[in-house]
Amino acid sequence: MIEGAALWLFIAVLGIGTFGLRFVFLGLVGDRALPAWLLRHLRYTAVAVLPGLVAPLVVWPAATGGALDAPRMAAALVTLTLGYAFRNVILAIAAGAVTLFAGLALLG
Amino acid sequence: MPRQSINSPYWQGVRDGAPFVIVIVPFSMLFGVVGTEAGLRVAEVMGFSVLVIAGAAQFTALQLLSDNAPTLIALVSALAVNLRMAMYSASLTPYLGAAPLWQRAFAAYFMVDQSYACAVIRFEQEPHWSVSERMSYYFGVITPICPLWYVFTLVGALVGTAVPPGLPLDFALPITFLAMIGPMLRTPAHAAAALVSVTLALVFAWLPYNLGLLVAGIAAMMTGAQVEVMLERRKGARQP
Repeated sequence: MIEGAALWLFIAVLGIGTFGLRFVFLGLVGDRALPAWLLRHLRYTAVAVLPGLVAPLVVWPAATGGALDAPRMAAALVTLTLGYAFRNVILAIAAGAVTLFAGLALLG
Repeated sequence: MPRQSINSPYWQGVRDGAPFVIVIVPFSMLFGVVGTEAGLRVAEVMGFSVLVIAGAAQFTALQLLSDNAPTLIALVSALAVNLRMAMYSASLTPYLGAAPLWQRAFAAYFMVDQSYACAVIRFEQEPHWSVSERMSYYFGVITPICPLWYVFTLVGALVGTAVPPGLPLDFALPITFLAMIGPMLRTPAHAAAALVSVTLALVFAWLPYNLGLLVAGIAAMMTGAQVEVMLERRKGARQP
């Protein structure tokens, strides 16, 4: 494991690189108009990235060593369904948490 | 007017960001614990959380460094995990691009999954908001999230124990994001994009450096855009 100045250099470069990724469009494009086809794609960024970010965590939870887990799956389905049906994030989180605790108490 | 100020974009942001405290606190504590256990000094652990401020990338870097992977590999891997931030940056540009440069720089520094997701949902719902109202909202979302990221990294590094075992906090992150994805599925185009995202993220999970998510994300954005065009065409054909 690297130490001292080498580690600090690593942290600094990672920090600058990460900032660059975050800044690249927001900072450099600014208020210049983007082409319509690109805007049409960007409208779907959130719904294209977040489900993919979550899916492996639901199907292969780290807490169970990657084994499919009924309480976690049930909690995920309840959260998504209530979020979709009622458009209420807090309600969906609360229902998902209750489902998870109940599922783990019953099956765990 | 107290009522007005409570309903200001800033305070709406604080309220929308607040649920993520249950994700941020255990996640940042865990980084503090794992970092010190890997032999980092407290200042170095804090260096990661303050300069990088991206949980998944921090864990990736730490994991590879403690496995004595080549430094360049550790760096590229951690940056690859953060590539989605460039997509978020592009997605926020139409809403925040006209703000002063220093504000955009701060917005970029604080761009995390949670601040991005809250902002993009609310900006779509409130198309009449001015750029400065959008910025206020964005910094409102960050207020309960990012300071806690620093504080609980420090707590984890100093105390050396993570949250009590037995609490299924591993699932706090999936649940908070799933709760936000539900309301995002407004049109068939959004639903199609989400379906492609989930499917391809699972199919390409074997790709190194988290690149599966990138493949899934780009394919899902193209799906959403294509379905939107198709639906518009069909609507156009039906009208006289």
